[in-house]
Amino acid sequence: MSLIRLKEISRRYQMGAETVHALRGVSLEIQRGEYVAIMGPSGSGKSTLMNLVGCLDTPTGGTYELNGSQVSEMNENQLAEIRNREIGFVFQTFNLLPRSDALRNVELPLVYAGISSHERRQIAQDALRSVGLADRVHHKPNELSGGQRQRVAVARALVNKPSILLADEPTGNLDSKTGTEIMALFQQLADKGNTIILVTHEEEVALHAARIIRIRDGLIASDEPVMK
Amino acid sequence: MNFFTELREGLMISWSAIRANKLRSVLTTLGIIIGIVTVTLMGTAIAGLNNSFLTSISSIGADVLYVDRASWIIQSTKEWIESQKRPVISLETADTLERQMSLAQAIVPVAQNDEPVKYKKRSSSDVNIIGTTEQFQLTSGFNVAQGRFLSAAECAGGRPVCVIGSEIATNLFQRDPALGEKILVANQAFEVVGVLDKQGGFGDNGGADNEVIVPLPQFNNAFLDQPDYEIQVKVKQLDQLDDAREELRNLLRKIRHLAPGQPDNFTINEQDQFLEIFHKVAGTIGAVGLFITGLSLFVGGIGIMNIMFVSVAERTREIGVRKAIGAKRRTILLQFLIEAACICLIGGIIALGIAWVATLALQKIMPAQMSPMIVAVSLFVSLLTGVLSGFFPAWRAARMNPVDALRNE
Repeated sequence: MSLIRLKEISRRYQMGAETVHALRGVSLEIQRGEYVAIMGPSGSGKSTLMNLVGCLDTPTGGTYELNGSQVSEMNENQLAEIRNREIGFVFQTFNLLPRSDALRNVELPLVYAGISSHERRQIAQDALRSVGLADRVHHKPNELSGGQRQRVAVARALVNKPSILLADEPTGNLDSKTGTEIMALFQQLADKGNTIILVTHEEEVALHAARIIRIRDGLIASDEPVMK
Repeated sequence: MNFFTELREGLMISWSAIRANKLRSVLTTLGIIIGIVTVTLMGTAIAGLNNSFLTSISSIGADVLYVDRASWIIQSTKEWIESQKRPVISLETADTLERQMSLAQAIVPVAQNDEPVKYKKRSSSDVNIIGTTEQFQLTSGFNVAQGRFLSAAECAGGRPVCVIGSEIATNLFQRDPALGEKILVANQAFEVVGVLDKQGGFGDNGGADNEVIVPLPQFNNAFLDQPDYEIQVKVKQLDQLDDAREELRNLLRKIRHLAPGQPDNFTINEQDQFLEIFHKVAGTIGAVGLFITGLSLFVGGIGIMNIMFVSVAERTREIGVRKAIGAKRRTILLQFLIEAACICLIGGIIALGIAWVATLALQKIMPAQMSPMIVAVSLFVSLLTGVLSGFFPAWRAARMNPVDALRNE
């Protein structure tokens, strides 16, 4: 059974008097353990697709089944729970909480999952160790380099053992060397069997994935495996 | 996530947010501090006033009826003019009552006059001189601190002796012993046989501490021969007060030969009248005072609301991140509510500290009292202000769409 199953998904926005069709009927299946890149120029609808897959938004048409549950019919609280349990976000701008140290940032999803403070400390420390930041647990984001910050973000995304790791331009704010390091980290995670969806507009980055889905004008333009 | 963990998380987040914006937090808290200080001080002043009044009024016995020409509480000029036309209360009336009234334990005629009092070089003007009988101690409830009260023999004629209030004793004798000394009341010498306990109450004048009590015959000889008496009637039992008042009124009407239908030309006063009017006045002062001071708290609350809106707007992205990670609406709502409540509660605690010091200072010029009740109410009000003024900003934060919030720069 597919981990993600989108059927005829559409999403319209009302911009004043004008209706914008961001997605016009996208059907898509992603299996557990896949490493997928979603590509497309700006305005193509790839961000909308990512928001829908990440359960941050709900479609105006079509159905979305994630890990066996119908997401398209859920209310806000249920969506919050799904995001907490099933999805780990990695953002272009890291989006760490500036006043909290690395450990506390990584603990946050566990806090919302209701895990006891002793237990979550342990889990968060393990997650930081797995991204190579065991010696940086008590550093605040502004005391870390860009690459380190993104590693903290990856640790935070993984700490709840989600079904999907959803990365939006994860190297967009990094120099090419640290970008390469992060992509190597993603490759490791993919090799361990994590499902990764990478949203990017950089061909070079997308080529790390095993499958590239190209979006144009709210529709899937192509969907093919990467020849390695 | 259960409510308790949410609360604890909320507290941690708020604390770090408050610390991160120190100046802003201090300024916002200042608004609440001022509000709570004024409200609390108003409360302490009202409580102090209440207490002081009740102490004063307790010298008017609850089981004593006071027959006077006029009511203690005159509500119009007309009433005053009318009462001035009434015949004065005479000593004979008191004697007749003494013989005929069955429900009275004691009937005490009391005459009063203001005279200067002198001892050696020290003097005190406008002292309340009371001429009465030994039974005055029953109706007044005064206790004697040193010496004794007037005796029956002294009140039937006898020697010029007096019992003085504690303030007079302090003024005239300072630390020296007063007993056995002779003081001059309007140039008549009286020997001090007793000093009263301090009675307390407010006002420099008219208080029982500023009194000189002399036997009635001496009073008549020295000051006024035909004064306007007040007759104090102590009833046998408090629960017979209504019956006693009725009996007293009927006897007085008979003594004065009033036909049925004619209005009383005397007044029977009692403690309740004062209490009633005091509660009315104190209630009004309290309501108006708390309303005005409440306004400053309201302004403080608006400040909190304003700053919480700013805080929410500033942290839009953080709210987006938290939501993406799994925070529910309730969690976000609680987080900002707790932040507002914390600011207000901290303000409230600081304000109580200031109010406590201010109350100590205030006590030098007027009665003021800070009770645990006022403390509890102040803390509750500050918490409530925080929750109320934090609610709209928190609600706005909770309802944010995560996609828009994350996109916010």
